[in-house]
Amino acid sequence: MGEDKFTAIIIGAGPAGSTAAYLLAREGLDVLLIEKGASPGSKNMFGGRMYSHALQQIMPDFWEEAPVERPVVREVITFITEDRSLSITCQDESWSRPPYHSFTLLRAEFDAWLAAKAEEAGAVLAYGIRVDGLLMEKGRVAGVRAGTDEMLADVVIAADGVNSIIAQQAGLRKELEPCQVATGAKEVIALPPETISQRFQVSGNGGVAQLFVGSCTKGMPGGGFLYTNKNTISLGVVVNAAALQQNQYRPVDLVEDFKAHPHIAPLIEGGEVVEYSAHLVPEAGLHMMPQLYGDGILVVGDAAGFVLNLGYQVRGMDLAIASGAAAARTIKEAKSKGDFSRQSLSCYQEYLKESFVLRDMEAYKNAPAFLENKRLFSAYPQLATSLASKMFTVDGNQPVHLLGKIIDQLKTNQVGWFQLACDAWKGGRVL
Amino acid sequence: MLGINKFAVDDEEAHIVLKKELCALCQAKPCTRACPAALYTLKEGDISFDYAGCLECGTCRVICPQKGAINWQYPRGGFGIIFRYG
Ligand SMILES: Cc1cc2nc3c(=O)[nH]c(=O)nc-3n(C[C@H](O)[C@H](O)[C@H](O)COP(=O)(O)OP(=O)(O)OC[C@H]3O[C@@H](n4cnc5c(N)ncnc54)[C@H](O)[C@@H]3O)c2cc1C
Ligand code: SF4
Ligand code: SF4
Repeated sequence: MGEDKFTAIIIGAGPAGSTAAYLLAREGLDVLLIEKGASPGSKNMFGGRMYSHALQQIMPDFWEEAPVERPVVREVITFITEDRSLSITCQDESWSRPPYHSFTLLRAEFDAWLAAKAEEAGAVLAYGIRVDGLLMEKGRVAGVRAGTDEMLADVVIAADGVNSIIAQQAGLRKELEPCQVATGAKEVIALPPETISQRFQVSGNGGVAQLFVGSCTKGMPGGGFLYTNKNTISLGVVVNAAALQQNQYRPVDLVEDFKAHPHIAPLIEGGEVVEYSAHLVPEAGLHMMPQLYGDGILVVGDAAGFVLNLGYQVRGMDLAIASGAAAARTIKEAKSKGDFSRQSLSCYQEYLKESFVLRDMEAYKNAPAFLENKRLFSAYPQLATSLASKMFTVDGNQPVHLLGKIIDQLKTNQVGWFQLACDAWKGGRVL
Repeated sequence: MLGINKFAVDDEEAHIVLKKELCALCQAKPCTRACPAALYTLKEGDISFDYAGCLECGTCRVICPQKGAINWQYPRGGFGIIFRYG
């Protein structure tokens, strides 16, 4: 590296960066994809599942070669308290056939594959290199600096993830606030593939995605997750960082307690923990969105806060991929105009709206505020599980009709009818 | 638990450096609880920190109430945590 100037330098070989690099290289443009990890993917973790639609648009039938784990055939939402759980389960056989709705996967392998696709398409992939800063020229971004190396480009893409120090340096975004992010901690637990299929009652290679709300975060905003891979289970918790800042609980202990819960323990029994990882998730949606473009720079993926957490759905991968694609489209046009100014790059925002990224972020813009409601994480899981438990309990006492049970449980859990109705109404509208 | 993880520890350069005098002023010390790798501990009332087991999440950087107490960077290229699963 040295003298020659690239059309685009992309910082970060996560899904956003690698997608942009792949598409630009495919157009024959000179692109450099820089990753700090010892290999692409080696710094990345997530819960566990990617919705297929975005990558399917770019690489039809990607699953035939991509290192995916299991197609998710069953979705489970579980309310959990110290000694009870109540689950809603949905199984759909069409999810187990092409075009598979979503896949569980492991990032070390998947991200490495996607970066290799970009390289195959003609991008220069440089890993084991940390970008230390941006090169500026007459107020515009002109390249990047890594140690003593300087590399020039018409445009730089900040695809450096949630902590995006690059977007911050470029003045496109402020310091993260604790309430805008959540900390996720996860264990990968190895078990034989047949054991996983048997325990989760799926045939063949079917996968399960399960999200938990309640005692797994000790009532703090957040939740638990479990995804089945081929021969591992991804299990962990996500807790809002402001709540972690203010409470006494440690993420390590939350994970341990979660694993010991009677709902979880038998599922992972005999499994071997092979990795413990942690990562931040952007959670504030549009409210934390930075300036998406500047002179000679675009911001994509987590660096732009493109994650949707609705409690029953967590999406970041598909948004990262689609935003990488929108950035590639923007740069292709800027290249043909020979203009990489802020003005010229502004169509990025339009393309994000045209793709689903900003449309969906807009549609769910009130979800983060709704999900700050503490009742969702303690009172309601208590209410739901105790009501269900009462419904199934036969103990020789005076029978009480369902309505009576509901009234009784609302009272015991100190939840008002009106409050419940309001929360349900709001939830129904914003989620 | 961290023993199972793979690291390429950078012996020459710490990627997270604390200003202990600012930590001394910090009452709540949330880093001692929020760090998922539990790398911030108290030794006789003072913060003690070891960057070697860092998972590079950024939680400490975000929740630290004392501006400037944590000088946080990612490790140099190729160093630090190496997720084999992720
Ligand atoms: C606990 C948790 C659970 C999640 N669950 C899901 C889920 O189930 N489904 C889903 O779709 N999404 C999920 N997400 C979100 C998803 O992981 C992200 O949205 C997605 O990874 C964003 O991709 P990205 O390419 O923008 O960033 P990243 O994947 O973070 O990639 C950024 C890359 O940039 C590199 N980098 C950073 N700085 C530099 C630098 N200075 N120099 C060189 N390289 C650099 C990093 O090493 C990294 O490889 C979850 C996230 C977390 C944390
Ligand atoms: S929270 Fe920040 S200032 Fe307080 S002890 Fe920890 S690192 Fe030091
Ligand atoms: S970055 Fe994360 S793992 Fe590393 S010290 Fe900070 S909180 Fe702990």
